[in-house]
Amino acid sequence: MSNAIAVAGVGMHPWGKWGRPFVEYGVHAARTALADSGIAWRDVDFVVGGETVRNGYAGYVAGSTFASALGWNGARIATSYAACATGAQALDTARARILAGLSEIALVVGADTTPKGFLAPNAGERWTDPDWLRFRLLGMTNPAYFALYARRRMDLYGATSEDFAQVKVKNARHGLENPYARYRKEVAVADVLGSAIVSDPLHLLDICATSDGAAAVVLTSLDYARRHGLGGAAGPVRVEAVSTVTPTFPNTVIDMPLLSTDHAAGGAPERTFKESLALAAYEEAGIGPDDVDVAEVYDLSTALELDWIEDLGLCKRGEAEVLLRAGDTTIGGRIPVNPSGGLACFGEAVPAQALAQVCELTWQLRGQATGRQVEGARVGITANQGLFGHGSSVLLAR
Amino acid sequence: MTAARDMTAIPVIEGWFTTGEEPRLVASRCTACGTLVFPPPPPEAASFCRNPVCDGEQHEPAELSRAGRVWSYTDAQYQPPAPYVPTTDPFEPFALAAVELPEGLVVLGQVADGYGVRDLAVGAEVELVVESLYEDETGERTIWRWKPVVELGEEADQ
Ligand SMILES: [Zn+2]
Repeated sequence: MSNAIAVAGVGMHPWGKWGRPFVEYGVHAARTALADSGIAWRDVDFVVGGETVRNGYAGYVAGSTFASALGWNGARIATSYAACATGAQALDTARARILAGLSEIALVVGADTTPKGFLAPNAGERWTDPDWLRFRLLGMTNPAYFALYARRRMDLYGATSEDFAQVKVKNARHGLENPYARYRKEVAVADVLGSAIVSDPLHLLDICATSDGAAAVVLTSLDYARRHGLGGAAGPVRVEAVSTVTPTFPNTVIDMPLLSTDHAAGGAPERTFKESLALAAYEEAGIGPDDVDVAEVYDLSTALELDWIEDLGLCKRGEAEVLLRAGDTTIGGRIPVNPSGGLACFGEAVPAQALAQVCELTWQLRGQATGRQVEGARVGITANQGLFGHGSSVLLAR
Repeated sequence: MTAARDMTAIPVIEGWFTTGEEPRLVASRCTACGTLVFPPPPPEAASFCRNPVCDGEQHEPAELSRAGRVWSYTDAQYQPPAPYVPTTDPFEPFALAAVELPEGLVVLGQVADGYGVRDLAVGAEVELVVESLYEDETGERTIWRWKPVVELGEEADQ
């Protein structure tokens, strides 16, 4: 019994920095996805919004906000929040109702307007909130966490600053032709190494920016897709698995925004949290890393992309630099990673980002990723991680 | 400011670390299974054991080892946003380390004054010290920090 559902349509608003209301971006993405699916808004029976926490009440009830902006159509609504994994959790919520037979056509939308600079906690004094305390007591920013992981790659596996820079160079090249990317410019290794160090060893150009943007996905049951001939002869792109598992105690890799790991009295567990995210997706789909043709991973930093390649089982631990240096992760290589250009070219728009990964893989599997197509891609996987034990991995196939 | 300076230095947060000659972090320990948690929950708060196979709700303070090994490290070369409290203008970068303690926890901290990323390496030994973090209306507030332990051989080289 397959747990697959159909991706009927995808749409995005370009990523950028305009400071316009997030609703405008979201409605644009939603209408684009609906047009792509050929399904009318009035036929959508479930709307899930990805919550944005920086845009007031309208952001807290994003599902309702988007449904209202599109014009009330009587659909059921939900809103999801799972930090950076918000979009995937929203997708999973839609999938659950479709698989249960409670809904047939779902629209999932994530959109954000983000402030400049470091993502910082909301105002006020909160002495029991770890996200507030890490800034107050330690001055521990998000890039500082990314830098801890990057430094470990250097000291344990011999990664170099040039390796990290090469990830940026590759992703910048991938994103050149992507009409939705915010940064579409070639970057040289020297540019990365010449940019200011934010948190040693990471330079400004190793770290992704924050952006405005929106992505939307229209999902249907496979039965609906079949009856309406969605996707033509080859059929639609299918969501084969959505993993949103939590870490398993003891989590021995320090996670944003925490000040400490769990207590591992009996040593480290078999798998890290990020490894378990991918494994749950593989197991749910009955698909293995060897079947994967393309991956969209959360390159909050250049070094983190290398971590993800290993977490997804695309190579052994400590060998991602070997793939990178051989050009295996470049379009045309053995296993292209971030053909969209990744966060390096987009910047992060939190509630939209995991959905943007799904949009990109849908275009890749349909053969519609003009200028960045991974030829013959049949199976794609996403990976992403957020704060507070959130993360996701989505497997798509056609 | 004069009045503030006359007051004694007090930890910026209560119950997380001891002070004095040999300061230590204070975790909470589940009285049922011994699982340690840092930072500890406030004394008055309920504490549900983090170990999923334990339903313990009683906990007691437990001091952690002073010395550990660097799991990883970095620094902040730009001033972090509020609620970070800057103490110098212009901002002076500081280093940060995640330190693995023998008990089996990795704990973050700033690195002691005067030390930077060049003084650190994954696996290097560090020990806990307590230093001034900032001053507020109640006086000087202190925080735990990780200080590199200089090997005897290296000391001779300097
Ligand atoms: Zn316990």
